[in-house]
Amino acid sequence: MATFGNLSSRLTDALKSLRGKGKLTEADVDGTLREIRRAMLDADVSLTVVKSFQSAVRERALSDDVNKALNPAQQVVQIVNDELVTILGGQQRRIEFAKKPPTVIMLAGLQGSGKTTLAGKLAKWLAKEKHTPLLVACDLQRPNAVTQLEVIAGNAGVAIFAPEPGNGKGNPVKVAKDSLKYATDKLYDVVIIDTAGRLGVDAELMKEASDIRKATSPDEVFFVIDAMIGQDAVATAEAFQQGVDFTGVVLTKLDGDARGGAALSVVSATERPIMFASTGESLDDFEPFYPDRMASRILDLGDILTLIEQAQQTFDADEQAKVAQKIATETFTLEDFLEQMQQLKNMGSLKKMMGMLPGSGQMKAQLDNFDESEITRTEAIIRSMTPAERRNSRLLNGSRRLRIAQGSGVTVTDVNSLVNRFDQAAKMMKTVAKGKVPQIPGMGPIPGGIGGSRPKATKKKTSRSGNPAKRAAENAAISQGGQGGSGAGFGLGAATGAVDGGAGGVGDLSAEELADMQKLLGGR
Amino acid sequence: MADKKGWGLGSKLRGMFARSFVINEDTWDDLEATLLAADFGPDVTDELIDAVKASVAKIPPTDDDDFVRLLREVLEERLSRFDTTLKLQDRPAVVLVVGVNGVGKTTTIGKLAKFITTAGRSVVLGAADTFRAAAVDQLATWAERAGVQIVRPQQEGQDPSSVAFQTVEFAIAQSIDVAIVDTAGRLQTKSGLMDELSKIRRVIEKQSPIAEVLLVLDATTGQNGLVQAEAFLEHAGVTGLVLTKLDGSAKGGFVLAVQERTGIPVKLVGSGESIADLSGFSPVAFAAALVE
Ligand SMILES: Nc1nc2c(ncn2[C@@H]2O[C@H](COP(=O)(O)OP(=O)(O)OP(=O)(O)O)[C@@H](O)[C@H]2O)c(=O)[nH]1
Ligand SMILES: [Mg+2]
Repeated sequence: MATFGNLSSRLTDALKSLRGKGKLTEADVDGTLREIRRAMLDADVSLTVVKSFQSAVRERALSDDVNKALNPAQQVVQIVNDELVTILGGQQRRIEFAKKPPTVIMLAGLQGSGKTTLAGKLAKWLAKEKHTPLLVACDLQRPNAVTQLEVIAGNAGVAIFAPEPGNGKGNPVKVAKDSLKYATDKLYDVVIIDTAGRLGVDAELMKEASDIRKATSPDEVFFVIDAMIGQDAVATAEAFQQGVDFTGVVLTKLDGDARGGAALSVVSATERPIMFASTGESLDDFEPFYPDRMASRILDLGDILTLIEQAQQTFDADEQAKVAQKIATETFTLEDFLEQMQQLKNMGSLKKMMGMLPGSGQMKAQLDNFDESEITRTEAIIRSMTPAERRNSRLLNGSRRLRIAQGSGVTVTDVNSLVNRFDQAAKMMKTVAKGKVPQIPGMGPIPGGIGGSRPKATKKKTSRSGNPAKRAAENAAISQGGQGGSGAGFGLGAATGAVDGGAGGVGDLSAEELADMQKLLGGR
Repeated sequence: MADKKGWGLGSKLRGMFARSFVINEDTWDDLEATLLAADFGPDVTDELIDAVKASVAKIPPTDDDDFVRLLREVLEERLSRFDTTLKLQDRPAVVLVVGVNGVGKTTTIGKLAKFITTAGRSVVLGAADTFRAAAVDQLATWAERAGVQIVRPQQEGQDPSSVAFQTVEFAIAQSIDVAIVDTAGRLQTKSGLMDELSKIRRVIEKQSPIAEVLLVLDATTGQNGLVQAEAFLEHAGVTGLVLTKLDGSAKGGFVLAVQERTGIPVKLVGSGESIADLSGFSPVAFAAALVE
């Protein structure tokens, strides 16, 4: 392939330097976006589109919830990919057939974009879908375009209407118009009009295309554009939009190695969907357009996305296994406690979600009473501890507690009460781990989880082992097998996830226990 | 030839200084946007901007025309590092025309045939695109328009290299000055088809050296043009580039990188669908058209 370094390799370098996990900084985002910008320009995305795309990604990257499984660069890539798919697939739809046949489909585009071949492919595809298409030869300009369409019609086994010889002879508007009557008489239910290639700047030929459109009132006008096109795509697409006002886009020559970034520009500039992709010279090389494939093609992100997926899966599985392990061996530490509390901080969205669920009124009230400043204080206390202390609360003798109190600006009593609460929490975790938690009637697991968009393992696939450690291990194995897991999205979710197989989240705690938890975490 | 409607680089460049002539960060941002829009690609764009910055530092331009002239000189200098003349001294001079699908190979051959006969040389065309529907008829139409002879395949789907062989054989036997062989469009990713080109070359060379292998590039192409050039150079031994469809709004800026990356010069440019819309490549004219 090309000698210029591709995005995957450049980003891989960026990934190396950004090992840390957690919240994205502006510098992380901007560094990655610079590479993305370069790659998008190399992929022929127009500068205007690159710029607006960058700012959309930037905004999302800096406001999105932290995805703990990924390093900052990976997180940006993930967002970039999501955004690309959203733009490319946003307007997607299927062909609109006329209520009263024939359905008229007109093809328009630049010279050499692949219209004539595409006409044949579309006809063959429609015939397979039990339609009776008619090809109409309205490219009377290019030498022997009519003959070419005749040969193609023969190969596709479909009918053709070609009353004029072409090579400059005949009136395409009249041919198009006559074809409708012909189709109605002969009962063809779809008419596909091949037109001459024309430039966006060619006012005369653009008017001709618009006249064909007026004469036939097509149900669909497809703008055919080849994947190799450069920055001119936007000007050309806009000219065709003004000239003939197409309803959809078809991308051709995708069997080449062009990144096809122009597709993104065209969709952004015209807000028309890409309907089909043409992927070879055989008449069967034709398929519906897949936005996700196109997204990873434009930025060549296939490898990185695979890595991200793997990182995510490993992380989820690891996380589950770790917590399960800790609970089983009673090594739930103050560090874990802190981490879970920090996650609880993001509970604004939880409150909202709880409100929407039936039978959650009581819990909602509990959550409303939840005091965030308490968390901040607890955080300060735990941060003043040494790593060893965090890992083993038994080390916390009187003098250490005094030092911690002074370090975090609280009283020794506060430290004492925190340590007590922690001890209780750790005990409770054990209970939870033993699988004694009753389900709340009428309330399943909370969909979507909190703090991430990771796939959830479905309940059915999870282990039902009576032994919590074994069950957790089995669940970890399940998520390793590609099912994904709940991860540690919500405070204690990881723990309950270990118990209840990734369906986790607060949904598995009773209201009573949630209240207990609240007391443990923040209550006086 | 279609009307340009002021989509040229120049109107954009002058738009940069619509209010008053001051060179600042915005100037460079605008210049970057303009160069990118002309498909120079991010790397060459950076280089060009650096070169313009250097010139500006040496002799500060006094007004927008001066600034545009400066840019034109930078472009000219970069574009004119190669020999753009078509080498057709051999007798017969065999020209093989290659490129991806739909770029304008057949049309270019029609125009080139006319161009050469106008210069008083005889031409024969070889219809070695035996693959695409009606490709032979299309070339025949152009042969007729240019008033030259054509060698057609004897049966459908004949091996393209045998058509090429027969074309050269015909040129030698009839003492025709130039033989131009059309080939089927192929994407550079299709290794089987690229090997077919190498075979066509070898078969021709059994009778006569090849004077020129012309790679046709479409001006609307983006950065993939570089990839195309590298692949066709490797498999077909390209000696010159033809840039087509310059009558549209596309600028074809990627050819600068192609020339520098591969060392192959642009030799011809196509600017329309009529038989006369072909000219030799002139760096001065090309640079002037870019900034007009
Ligand atoms: N506007 C414009 N159109 C051109 C030019 N050169 C070729 N074309 C058009 O581009 C289309 C494709 O040209 P062809 O000559 O058939 O291209 P090709 O490379 O031989 O195509 P294949 O053999 O199918 O690969 C036709 O509609 C031509 O009329 C040009 O310089 N300007
Ligand atoms: Mg051809």
